[in-house]
Amino acid sequence: MSNRVVITGLGVVSPNGVGVAAFREAIKKGIAGIRYEAQMAALQFSCCIGGTPDVPVALQQQYFDELELKQLSSSGIIYGVIAGMDAWADAQLTVPEGDSPDWDSGTIFGAGSSGVDKFREAIYKVDELQVRRLGSTAVTQTMASGISAYLGGKLGLGNQVTTNSSACTTGAESVLLAYERIKHGHAKRMLAGSTSDSGPYIWGGFDAMKVSTFKHNDQPARGSRPMSATASGIVPGSGAGALLLESLDSALARGAVIYAEVLGGNINSGGQRNGGSMTAPNSAAVQRCIRDAVQAAGISAADIDLINGHLTATGKDAEEVRNWCEALQRSGKDFPYLNALKSMVGHCLSASGSIELVATALQLKEGFVFPNINCEDLHPEIAALVDPERIPQQLLYKDIHLAAKASFGFGDVNACIILKQYPQP
Amino acid sequence: MDKVAFIEQLREIVKPYAKNQAALANINASTDFINDLKINSANLVDVVLDVEEKYDIVIQNEEMERMLNVQAAMDIVEAKLSEK
Repeated sequence: MSNRVVITGLGVVSPNGVGVAAFREAIKKGIAGIRYEAQMAALQFSCCIGGTPDVPVALQQQYFDELELKQLSSSGIIYGVIAGMDAWADAQLTVPEGDSPDWDSGTIFGAGSSGVDKFREAIYKVDELQVRRLGSTAVTQTMASGISAYLGGKLGLGNQVTTNSSACTTGAESVLLAYERIKHGHAKRMLAGSTSDSGPYIWGGFDAMKVSTFKHNDQPARGSRPMSATASGIVPGSGAGALLLESLDSALARGAVIYAEVLGGNINSGGQRNGGSMTAPNSAAVQRCIRDAVQAAGISAADIDLINGHLTATGKDAEEVRNWCEALQRSGKDFPYLNALKSMVGHCLSASGSIELVATALQLKEGFVFPNINCEDLHPEIAALVDPERIPQQLLYKDIHLAAKASFGFGDVNACIILKQYPQP
Repeated sequence: MDKVAFIEQLREIVKPYAKNQAALANINASTDFINDLKINSANLVDVVLDVEEKYDIVIQNEEMERMLNVQAAMDIVEAKLSEK
């Protein structure tokens, strides 16, 4: 059994826009969602800027009841539930009433860690000999699968409900795992996506490693600079992206709106060999991942119109572009259009891949290439590989037939997905 | 302790946890937290914590186990307050 798989719903909670409509407008206009974070400054971080989505209480009340909100301090669960339920509603799906769950629908919703703020509260209480005062949700908010558990209950999902975790590859991986489950006929619909907590307790480790930039505290919107000669590290971000994947048969039977088709992809690891390490990629594995994704999708590398890169604004961006050139055997003017969403939202860590895939799906359906901001001083090594015209800094309206999205993560793990435009009726 | 006043206070405490609003409206000494108010059993610990906070008392594990209805809650709180 082999089903074709399409995307029929999107949801997003991004530093530069909450909800698909706001996000679409922000990425088309090149609006950065990076702001000065006073709490990080007060805590003496080197990097005092970050990407935190705006989710006011009034918005949270549309997704959580009073009791849930009374105890909720896991920002990742808040972001993920909003994005996930939005994708479900966007796909025009309803929540089953009564005792029977929807056996044909499940979720693979990833997270890097869960509920770090809740965990912090719990640790303080335990150390103060107040374990009995942790309350009833310390476990459900801090278990890695907290986000999929919350979504499973809210949507009445009766198929697989799980959370994957593979650092910054998490979001792309969730989509590929969900794709495979539908392709093989184990589910009709899977809510794929990922989320990441916000705040100093999740970002502190990156500050300590000096991978976060400390040179742009006075100009946050210009701080995240993928592909720029003056890129000096990531800007930590957070949020969630969600994509409702569905068998083509199910989507057609429902008359659902289709954003794009998932043609397939590849997940691999560089084994922390050949230059790869816990924190750096093995370029041979990255190239292999891209090539295998192209092969799995049954396309020719020459036909890819758009790449949504990982491109984090560290010193590794040129190496990534070189890997794309090698893997696709394309360069210069022949290179596909190249997009770096992190220029606007920062590095949303475990949520990055899914937020970026939401952007890619929108681009395929609506035919545009969003502007890459903060790379007006394109890195010379990148300019030598790819014609600067292929890295647009202004919004372009273009028909995009095939897009490739890759994400790479700590642990030397890689994922690459190929999405195809679905002809609109 | 004034029974009517206590039940009124308890009604406010359990309000966010009670799934059966009709039973909450008619709360009385014999109201059972799980069977009548349909409070999720996992939330009983939250009710106990909120009661502790309201009356500035500490409820022990054994007492927690039997604090399953309004009368039991009243007995336990009354005993604790009289110990003060």
